[in-house]
Amino acid sequence: MGYPRNPAQRRYVLRVAVAMAAYIVTLAAAIRLVGGGAVTGPPAYLLALLPGLSVAGVFWAVARLLVEEQDEYLRMLLVRQVLVASGFTLTVATIWGFFENLRLVAHVDAFYIAVLFFFGLGLGSCYNWLALRGGGEGR
Amino acid sequence: MRNRLKVLRAERDWSQSDLAERLDVSRQSVNAIETGRYDPSLPLAFKIAELFDLPIEEIFSKD
Repeated sequence: MGYPRNPAQRRYVLRVAVAMAAYIVTLAAAIRLVGGGAVTGPPAYLLALLPGLSVAGVFWAVARLLVEEQDEYLRMLLVRQVLVASGFTLTVATIWGFFENLRLVAHVDAFYIAVLFFFGLGLGSCYNWLALRGGGEGR
Repeated sequence: MRNRLKVLRAERDWSQSDLAERLDVSRQSVNAIETGRYDPSLPLAFKIAELFDLPIEEIFSKD
């Protein structure tokens, strides 16, 4: 996306920063308290839920940016970036799932799907850059 | 779709940033429209036509 220039992009950066800060704090707390056995039962589930919800905050920030971005061209670029990320994530996760099911690869924790999506956003950004550089497909 | 945005802008001695500010869009948008990489929505096309005080068909035309 580059340097944030408009209010919607600035809000996005702020929301992602808050979500990531919450992720670090809640993950550390969950590992220490749930992983260490200090918290068990329903409170453990609640505590274990928080890091995931923090990451979901980033997904929400992306969704809000799609809604709040007033510049239709920048919004189109973002939509394409998210589509590339979604397609990449679903494809890799599905293929890995079959490989794993057939015991061809090791098990990978499901939360890495979020990492794939963020990597996919980077790929989407590269795709946009290449499409613009080529002069076509920018519709 | 082709357009005369670059010519119209040059006639007024506006930079892409000047035009972007007048249209309330990003400079990247103006650049993408001018170079034919992006066709604007109907509302934005109307806004452009209104700014240059011209009918849409005098700014945009089919390839």
